[in-house]
Order: sequence, then structure tokens, then C-alpha cells
Amino acid sequence: MRVPHPIEVRRLRKTFNGKAAVDNLTLTVERGEVFGFLGPNGAGKTTSVKMLLGLIVPTSGEGTLFGRPLGDPRGRARVGFLPEHFRFHDWLKATEFLQLHGDLYGMSDDLTHRRVPELLDLVGLTTNASQRLRTFSKGMLQRIGLAQALLNEPELVVLDEPTSGLDPVGRRLVRDIIHDLSEQGTTVFLNSHLLSEVEVTCHRVAFIDQGKVVRTRSLLSESGGPLAEAELSVEIRVRPRDGWEAMRGGQWEAAMEGLRKWARQLRVDGERVALTLSSEADVPEITRYLVENEVDVYELSPQRLSLEDLFIRLVGAEEEP
Amino acid sequence: MRRSPTLIIARLTLKEAVRRKLVVGALLLGLVFLLVYGLGMLFIDQEMVRTGEAMNPLVRNQMLNFLLLSGLYAVNFLFAAITVLASVDTIAGEIASGTIHALAAKPVRRWEILIGKWLGLVIMLTLYLALMTGGVTCLTRLATGYQPRHVLRGVSLIWLNGFVLLSMTLLGGTRFSTLANGVLVFAGFGVAFVGGWIEQIGSLAGSAAAVKVGIVSSLLVPTEALWRRAAYEMRSVMVDAVGVSPFTSATSVPSQLMIVYAVVYGGVTLALAVWRFQRQDL
Repeated sequence: MRVPHPIEVRRLRKTFNGKAAVDNLTLTVERGEVFGFLGPNGAGKTTSVKMLLGLIVPTSGEGTLFGRPLGDPRGRARVGFLPEHFRFHDWLKATEFLQLHGDLYGMSDDLTHRRVPELLDLVGLTTNASQRLRTFSKGMLQRIGLAQALLNEPELVVLDEPTSGLDPVGRRLVRDIIHDLSEQGTTVFLNSHLLSEVEVTCHRVAFIDQGKVVRTRSLLSESGGPLAEAELSVEIRVRPRDGWEAMRGGQWEAAMEGLRKWARQLRVDGERVALTLSSEADVPEITRYLVENEVDVYELSPQRLSLEDLFIRLVGAEEEP
Repeated sequence: MRRSPTLIIARLTLKEAVRRKLVVGALLLGLVFLLVYGLGMLFIDQEMVRTGEAMNPLVRNQMLNFLLLSGLYAVNFLFAAITVLASVDTIAGEIASGTIHALAAKPVRRWEILIGKWLGLVIMLTLYLALMTGGVTCLTRLATGYQPRHVLRGVSLIWLNGFVLLSMTLLGGTRFSTLANGVLVFAGFGVAFVGGWIEQIGSLAGSAAAVKVGIVSSLLVPTEALWRRAAYEMRSVMVDAVGVSPFTSATSVPSQLMIVYAVVYGGVTLALAVWRFQRQDL
């Protein structure tokens, strides 16, 4: 029997007053994967997450959590969720808050009593255990929210903008926790508009803009670097082996034009050439070609296209990163 | 064994009412009211006995019944207000603040959340009503020895009034902001109040049109009709003889059918609230 994916949605659509917030969302999140859901504010990320968790009813389309249709509590039983903004019942004490959410998960008292101190320790709030949430800073609320999302030892953790408005320490904690979860084989779905965060934590990322997935890509590769398979910008500095004087008319231009065999984009500016390759494997080919064509290579610097470059290219430069 | 989510939410609702000082506030207000009422009852009865008006037991009985019903009328109003105030924010507020997200994303069903809140509020409000009506009738008895007929029937109808208002407020909470919801429910309560009096006065004046206005308003919001039926149940023997009292003229007593209507009205409104909440985007 096929083991169901943590998340599988097809053609999910949500309209508010006729305007599509999420349009035709289709994606599958594999077991054990850290999946980044990336897009500018207002792109439909939170709406998508809320549909996954049954907080918003989709206008059309379908989806499952662990094989259970969206909205079925049995699917949510295996999920931990940290909502955006970390707003909780602030008149509860930290331990009462976790106890309440343990009860709602249907956990036994024994399990809750074991998990609550563990998690308070994990998020560094042991000394604040009997404090009311009202007295908590935003960073502390984020941490107690994370503890709440991990209480039931979930197989899938959904984090909606977990670091928005937090200081570097808070961001670091989120990153470390995601890393640990990933090590334990937990699936993580991370909603974020912070590219750097997604870049360092995620295995795979979907770019969403105006309710549509613009692109999905893997951030893993054999060569280890997070973006080895991304498009590669290469800048090279070259000169004719026998000097410019020896060049016959059009010979240099012809040699440069020959690079188009590998380059998606090519810009020649005197001895400086910028080109975009689709794979790292093309780099040695290019050097060989240049040498064979009596061109000396003085400098060759591959520049990986960062997620941010890609994002801006996909979504448009006017959006905030 | 898994605890029922409905009971977890009910307990949470009660805890919130205690923590947010709603209970303390309502109790203090209630105790002040009982104190004022008890003292008033005592002094008025002493005065009646001293001036000899109490010579006619029928007159005294009627006076005491009037005073008791006045007290219960105030309790009815207080109870209605506290019902609306206690429940007006429970859905809309959690949606506005976002606290509902962590709650509703748990493996619980929406109806369990709403019915849990309802149950918590019903427990709290029932205890409050028992305290207040028990206080008023016991103080009357202590101060004057008077006990009206069918107190339990009357109190049940006051409770039903709260049930109707609670259902209305919960339904409103799935649609409107806290403030708008409160304004609307109180406005409905006001319409019923005015409609009730128009019906009574119209009935005394013999205006069939005015009575119709009253009946329609009672169908829209049956709260005032429930109070008038409650007052009718607890009426004094003299009202039976004369047929007129400030709270209920015998010619315009809401029928038994009105009670059934109110039960159905409250039940359907609550079911609608569940239905709406079930499919509401949070």
C-alpha cells in the first residue's frame, strides 16, 4: 500500500469576494522534507496554510493531510502548527497553555506531563513556566508557540512566518529547531517571505505569487551546495592569445557568439563577458572551447544565482524580498 | 482516554470568565442588587404593617407580589445583559485576535468548539440566575414571609430568555464584530421590550393593530414575551380576580405556544450558529 504524503493538494482555489487569494495550488510535500513556501506578503501563503489546517474552506479543489481530506481532524492530529503573529489566550500561564493544547491534541495526562517540561526546556522558558502569557514578549510568545506546535510529537510541523518581527536570537532558535526536526525525520512546511531563512533551512521551495505557484525547485544537490543546480551566472575575462592586433575582422565576435551553445544569456563588453548557464557542468566545456579558439582565460568566476535573485526575477523587483 | 474537546472548551470558557474578572464583577453587582432589594423589601413591608395597610391580607399579598416581581424583573434584565456581555466576544473576539487559529487547527471539530463555549456559558449563567432569583425570593420570604406561586416555572422562563439571547449572540458572533454584535442583540432585546409594552397597552386600549405589532415583535425576538409569561406564572391571586397587573394583563398573556416557539427559536438559532461557524473562514 502506498504511504500517503504528509501534504498533497490539487487545484486548490480560494476566492474572497470574487478575487482569488489562492489560485490553482497543486503541490506535494514528501515525508521528511523541509519545504519552503516562499512569496511576498499578500501572495496567498497564509491562506494556503489555513486551507491545509481546515481554518479556511477552499472554494474548489481538493487535498489531503496524511491521506485524510482537508478538514478531517484525524489528519490534523498528526500536525503541529504555529500560526502567524503568535496570538494565544494571554490570561493562561505558560504551563496551563501547553496543558490545554495537549488536551486538545487528545494526549494523555502522563504524556503531557512529560512533554511540557521537555518543551519548556527546549525553547528556554523553564523559568517562565508559571508566568501568564500576557507578560511575555513577542519572542517568548513565539517560543511558547513553537512548544505548542511540537507537543504531540507531530509528523508534520507547519510554521507560518515563524520569524517575522523577531530578533536574530529568535530566528536562530527557529532555524535550529527546524534543523533538529529534519534530523529526526519530521516533515516541515515553512511559510516565509524571508529568503535567507528558506535558503538555509529548506530542501525544496515553492515560489508563490498572486496565489499561484510560479515555480518549485530543489535546493539540494549531490555537490552539496544549496543551489548547485540553480542557474549559474559566470563572469569571465578573456583576451585573444596573440593580442587584439592579430585579430581578423569578426573573428573575436564569432568566437564569442560560439558561447551561445551553452549560454542562455550572453553579454560581451570588450574583454569582459557575462553569461548565464543552466548547469555547472558547462563550465569546463566553456574553458575548453575558449582555449581551442585561441582565447586566453584570465578570470572565470561562477556566481550562483541566489534564491533572492531568482525570487526577484520570478516575482518582480518591486516586491519586497 | 481522550477528554471530550467540548468539555475542554467549556472548562476553558469558565476559566476565562473567572480569570478576566467577569465572574467577580457580576457577583459584586448581583450582591449589591440583592442588598438594596432586601433592605427595600424589609422597610416597605414594615411601613405597610405600621400604617395598617396590611390589615387587608389580599392587598398586602398583592403589594408584596408586585415588589417581588419588580425585583425579578430587574434580575431578568440583569441576567439578559450579563448573558449578552459574557458571550458577545467569545467568537468574534477570538477570530479578531487570532487566538482561534491555534485552537481550531487542533484535531477538534468546529461544533465542539462552539458547543463547548455554549456549555461553559450556560453553566455559568445558570448558576448566576439561580443565585439571583434564589436571593430575591429568599430575601422576600425572610423579610416578609411572602412566597409567590410557581417560582420555578417563572425562573425557568427567565432562564429560557437567557438561552434565546445566548444563541442569538453566538450566531451574531459568527458574522459580526464584537461591537456590532452587541449593539444588534441589545437592539433586538429593545424591540421586544417596546413591542411587549405596546401589546399590553394596546390590549388594554382595545387596539387590535397594536396587539399585532406586539405579537410580531415577540416572534422576531421572543425575550419580552418570555418575561411576561414568567410574570403571569408567578402572579398573585388578586391578579386572577382583577385581571390586571403592571406586568401582565390577563388579556395579553403569551400562550404556551409562545414558550414552545421560544425553545425552538433558541435551538434553531444555536444550530444556525454551529452551521455558520462550521464553515466559517477563520
